[in-house]
Amino acid sequence: MPTHAYVPHAPGYVDNDGPKIVTSRFPHEDSFTLERAEATGAYDGLRSAMDRTPAAVHQEVRDATVLGRGGAGFPAGVKWGFMPPGKFPYYLVVNGDESEPGTYKDRLLMERDPHQLIEGCLIACYALGLAQCFLYVRGEMALAQERIAIALNEAYAKGYVGKNILGTEFSVDITLTWGAGAYIVGEETALIESLEGNRGMPRLKPPYFPAAIGLYGQPTIVNNVETLANLPWLMNNGADLYKTYGSEASPGTRLIAVSGHVNRPGVYEIEQGVTTFRDLFYGDNFCRGIREGHELKMFVPGGGSAPWFFPEQVDLPLEARAVGAAGSMLGSGAIIVMDETTDAVKAALRLVRFYARESCGKCTPCREGTTWLERVMQRVADGEGRPSDIDMLLDIGDNISPGPYPNAADPNQDLEAIPFPPKQTTICPLGPSAVAPITSTIRRFRHEYEAKITKRDTIAVSAAPVMAQTIRSETMEREA
Amino acid sequence: MTDTHEPDSLEAISTVTVTVNGIEIAANPDELLIDACERTGTYIPRFCHHSRMNPVGMCRMCLVEVDTGRGPALQPSCMLPVTEGMTVETETEVTKKAQDGVLEFLLINHPLDCPVCDKGGECPLQDQTMAYGPGESRMVEEKRHYEKPIAISDTVYLDRERCILCDRCTRFADEVAGDPLIHFMDRGNNTQVNTFPDEPFASYFSGNTVQICPVGALTAKPYRFKARPWDLEETISTAWTDSVGSRITVQSSRNQVLRVLGVDADPVNWGWLSDKERFSFEALNSEARFVAPMTRDNVTGDLVSTGWAGVLGRVVDAFTDVDPNRVAVLGGARMTNEAQYAWAKLMKGVIGTDHVDAQLGDGLPPEVVLGLPRATIDDACRAGGTIILVGPDPKEELGALYLRLRHAVVEDGATLIEITPQRGGLSRIAAHSLHARPGESGGVAAALVGATNGAAVDAGGITADAIAAAAAAISGPVTVVLGRASLAESADAALAAAHALSGLANVKFLSALRRGNVHGALDMGLAPGLLPGRTTLAAGRARFADAWSSVPSAVGLDAAGILAAAKAGEIDVLVLLGTDPLNDFPDAELAAAGLSGADTVISVDLLPNDSTTSYADVILAAAAPTESSGTFTNLEGRVSVMEQKVTPAGTSRPDWMIAAEIALRLGADLGVDSPEAIRAELAAVSTVHADLTEEALDDGRVDGVLISGRGDISAPDAAAANGPSNDAYSLRLVAARRMYDDGVALRHSPASAGLARSIQVRLNPVDFDKIGVESGTVVKIESSRGHLLAPVASDTGVPVGSAAIPFTVDGWAANTLIDSSTVVTDVRVERP
Repeated sequence: MPTHAYVPHAPGYVDNDGPKIVTSRFPHEDSFTLERAEATGAYDGLRSAMDRTPAAVHQEVRDATVLGRGGAGFPAGVKWGFMPPGKFPYYLVVNGDESEPGTYKDRLLMERDPHQLIEGCLIACYALGLAQCFLYVRGEMALAQERIAIALNEAYAKGYVGKNILGTEFSVDITLTWGAGAYIVGEETALIESLEGNRGMPRLKPPYFPAAIGLYGQPTIVNNVETLANLPWLMNNGADLYKTYGSEASPGTRLIAVSGHVNRPGVYEIEQGVTTFRDLFYGDNFCRGIREGHELKMFVPGGGSAPWFFPEQVDLPLEARAVGAAGSMLGSGAIIVMDETTDAVKAALRLVRFYARESCGKCTPCREGTTWLERVMQRVADGEGRPSDIDMLLDIGDNISPGPYPNAADPNQDLEAIPFPPKQTTICPLGPSAVAPITSTIRRFRHEYEAKITKRDTIAVSAAPVMAQTIRSETMEREA
Repeated sequence: MTDTHEPDSLEAISTVTVTVNGIEIAANPDELLIDACERTGTYIPRFCHHSRMNPVGMCRMCLVEVDTGRGPALQPSCMLPVTEGMTVETETEVTKKAQDGVLEFLLINHPLDCPVCDKGGECPLQDQTMAYGPGESRMVEEKRHYEKPIAISDTVYLDRERCILCDRCTRFADEVAGDPLIHFMDRGNNTQVNTFPDEPFASYFSGNTVQICPVGALTAKPYRFKARPWDLEETISTAWTDSVGSRITVQSSRNQVLRVLGVDADPVNWGWLSDKERFSFEALNSEARFVAPMTRDNVTGDLVSTGWAGVLGRVVDAFTDVDPNRVAVLGGARMTNEAQYAWAKLMKGVIGTDHVDAQLGDGLPPEVVLGLPRATIDDACRAGGTIILVGPDPKEELGALYLRLRHAVVEDGATLIEITPQRGGLSRIAAHSLHARPGESGGVAAALVGATNGAAVDAGGITADAIAAAAAAISGPVTVVLGRASLAESADAALAAAHALSGLANVKFLSALRRGNVHGALDMGLAPGLLPGRTTLAAGRARFADAWSSVPSAVGLDAAGILAAAKAGEIDVLVLLGTDPLNDFPDAELAAAGLSGADTVISVDLLPNDSTTSYADVILAAAAPTESSGTFTNLEGRVSVMEQKVTPAGTSRPDWMIAAEIALRLGADLGVDSPEAIRAELAAVSTVHADLTEEALDDGRVDGVLISGRGDISAPDAAAANGPSNDAYSLRLVAARRMYDDGVALRHSPASAGLARSIQVRLNPVDFDKIGVESGTVVKIESSRGHLLAPVASDTGVPVGSAAIPFTVDGWAANTLIDSSTVVTDVRVERP
């Protein structure tokens, strides 16, 4: 496997000649240090923002249509506008609990360029007039925590964070907190609960947005790491230039994490709406094709919760609206590529197991349903399935996520009539996430399920794991 | 069902129209959809929803299709307030599929042990499975397994396999009781309810979790495997262990009371009970019960069972030709209103003594309770109002009231100000806690009132700043919860506080006298100088001379006076109506001297206590609260029924019948042959009870009938300002009751007997150095009366200069230290 284009000190990141909005410092080996950051324009975006009024900064973000990079793709500028006026204090919470299966882009942003993230936080705080920001970093990301902690100390010492930032009246405290290892804490209300010291369980909706009642009952904005990492560049270069990248509906770039059976898996900064899946999988600049001698069977286009795509969808652009129209989502920008050696049942089982293990246990359909799905899937994968299991799996799924479910395998489906995200009997979308891989694989590869159940396992299956790409962080190497 | 609250009838003008299954209904704005539907006849299945707790939307059973203009969508109806134009479908295929699906999920890991489960037959999960669920399980895998029931406290067992994780018990513990001792542990499919390691669910209110559990996961020791629900008969009644008057249903099988459940009476207990109210029925089934009258053998000195005829003969002999002035009665708070009336008529009307006191020197003068403007519990709990607590810790003494007050403060924004001698169960949520030096709460109250319209001053060890801050927090209608915070200080302090606080605008008083039907006793005239119907001897003389033929000529003695007179040999016959002066009167020395000084001691009681065992000459075996009918008057003055459920133990008789029998043998027919007849006579002679008809009681079968008239009683003038005495002893004593103490009923309730905590003297750590002790040191606590030994514990909730002890715990009688003739009791704490 050719590895020469990897940036060795940023494992997983693949450098190319595309636009660099959030990865501009990644090629530098010391990109995480204050010296390198300052030498390459760190905190210029903050200075530029502070030369303007907060309202003007907010307008710039609105004009640039910076879409949230956490999964839902909601415009950050609009989200900021939900803060009820006058109900101080406001809080900014940075969601660094990146844990969607297949996603590892925020980890790189935190490990490789913590100052860019801090700067983004400060710009958001300035625009929204708030004085307290919480950085919530996933518990397992030790290196990210360490680098952010060091960067925060440096930034405090330099007067970028804390009282009277850059000698002005503007003061912000940034508090670093880390998680205890629960996927559900990536859901913003569960993250807030965790931050308050409670069990990480999603809050009930309404209220629909933490902007109304968030951390400690106060208006709170929860933004993804990558969303905020866009802000320094935006402040320096303006919305007009920002919008020259990407498509009209989804301007700018995105970090896409590709794993699986491609020749060069990794994190790529791509132009939204311009780059297609085909470009990404086969392009020289990107993944350089499915591994030698094999062909694409299926892929997960946007994190473990997304319904799966198949070879007929490879010409779609990497853009939320286009992917949504085809029956899935771009989500957190994690793509898992599987070739024809992959056992569809086992691949689906692997994801279902993840969601069953990560269910918080609060609401009945998710707590009981996901584990039941996992156990039936395990039985089928083990050759202990019953003929009725296939329809039962679909029906259990229907009790978690009722009604029609998007199916990219069906060219005739009426997507207009199918709501997405799918309907749910659960409190949060975790339960339905376990349904996606099952419906996707049963609809497309029902024969594989039947083959296992009838013990006529005809498919040639290698032992290749689904997420073959193992991105070993520096921490892991260090510990090894 | 007794565990679900019937949603209130529509009081406000409806402003929201909702279409439910094609029928338009009117709903209150902010009403939850599930409640609006139930109120109008459409039941939506649910497990986690409970009308008395905040919604959590966890079980997902109440999903219905709701269209608010954006197309129909499944929504949890327990989380959704109604909005104008909402269209709701509860019976569509989509709704049914979702509900069936949720039920299937709940059942896949639920054990099918219904035949041996206590809940079987009254189980919401079972019922709803019959109504909604699929007939067969599609799950072929092994169910989830946990260790079968684990004891999470001394009384409550948890079977985690049966648990459906609805969050009712955990929410109750956290939100309602304020004892968050049970929690969810682990996650996903392994989520379970459990306690923290080695920390039991030691809540005074743990039994409520058993009642609201929608499956058989939580069971309580007194009822486990005792009966099947279909064998139980039940009747509504009123809890008798404290004065809140919580409404209950008493359930029996085979003529034995097996369970007590709370009934949701909106003005009173909201369905909640303290564990004492819930579980102390066990004492009524105790082997120790008096099942026949007894007399003391003159030769051996032992109490021996005998027949009623002989015993009543001895009683009548004692009363014959006795000087009425040498007859006295203590107690009576245990009895029903009807029994109290009968005994009042017997003692005051027939025998002619006014030395009658239902309180045992641990209460308040009746004119304070009856004469000040009275508040209801709802008045006290009004949103935006202020509660001033000058009295005992409601958590320890009036459990259900504590839950109501807590809800008012935590959920409805009422402001709580405490003027108490030490930290209590409500202190954590109090806006201001003014821990006054013992005996000086009157001065603190006066300073507080003064600070509302002038400058604040220091008082009772509280700084002027703290008093000013508390005064500034007073807003809206004010309710003073008034009682005796410590039995080591006389009632004068509480009286002075009440007098001062009555100067506030919009103020009302809620009595915190604790003992059972003590408010009924005051209303029925079991107090010196009173006649039934909140009438003084002077005001009612003419009326009652007519109805009763005679009334006492002069105002008699109170409990302390009676005991002092008995000690001086001035009492020939002392009647104890279900009371134990040795343990309940604050001054043990006086109680013992009084009991031994009386010639004949007649006790009317259920269970042996120290006073009767040592001093009673005659014991008249009384029927228990579940064994006779009558009514109960709670601390608001609310009258509610107590109904007989089982037959009296042995040959024991209802209290009223004993009084009537004695009267008859004395040649004076009381003229009553049933509780109903007594009520009819009461309504005729008492102006305040004139409306207490059988119809009114029927209408108020759940909520009771509030008797609100003040009668002829007026509030007393300021108590004589007896400044606390000062002497050489270094610390002031605070002696307060605990919910679990050495009370007779608790001693005979197997499930609760082990809950009494061990004895400690609690001091502020600042005083530790002065005395030269550390936590755990066994110290001698000595007053002018005597001394006791106990380990010392550090408690910052006890003000510097005070020493706090429980009143009676662990065989440790605090009243041996107290001299009831002084305002406060000073003690010295030192190494023995």
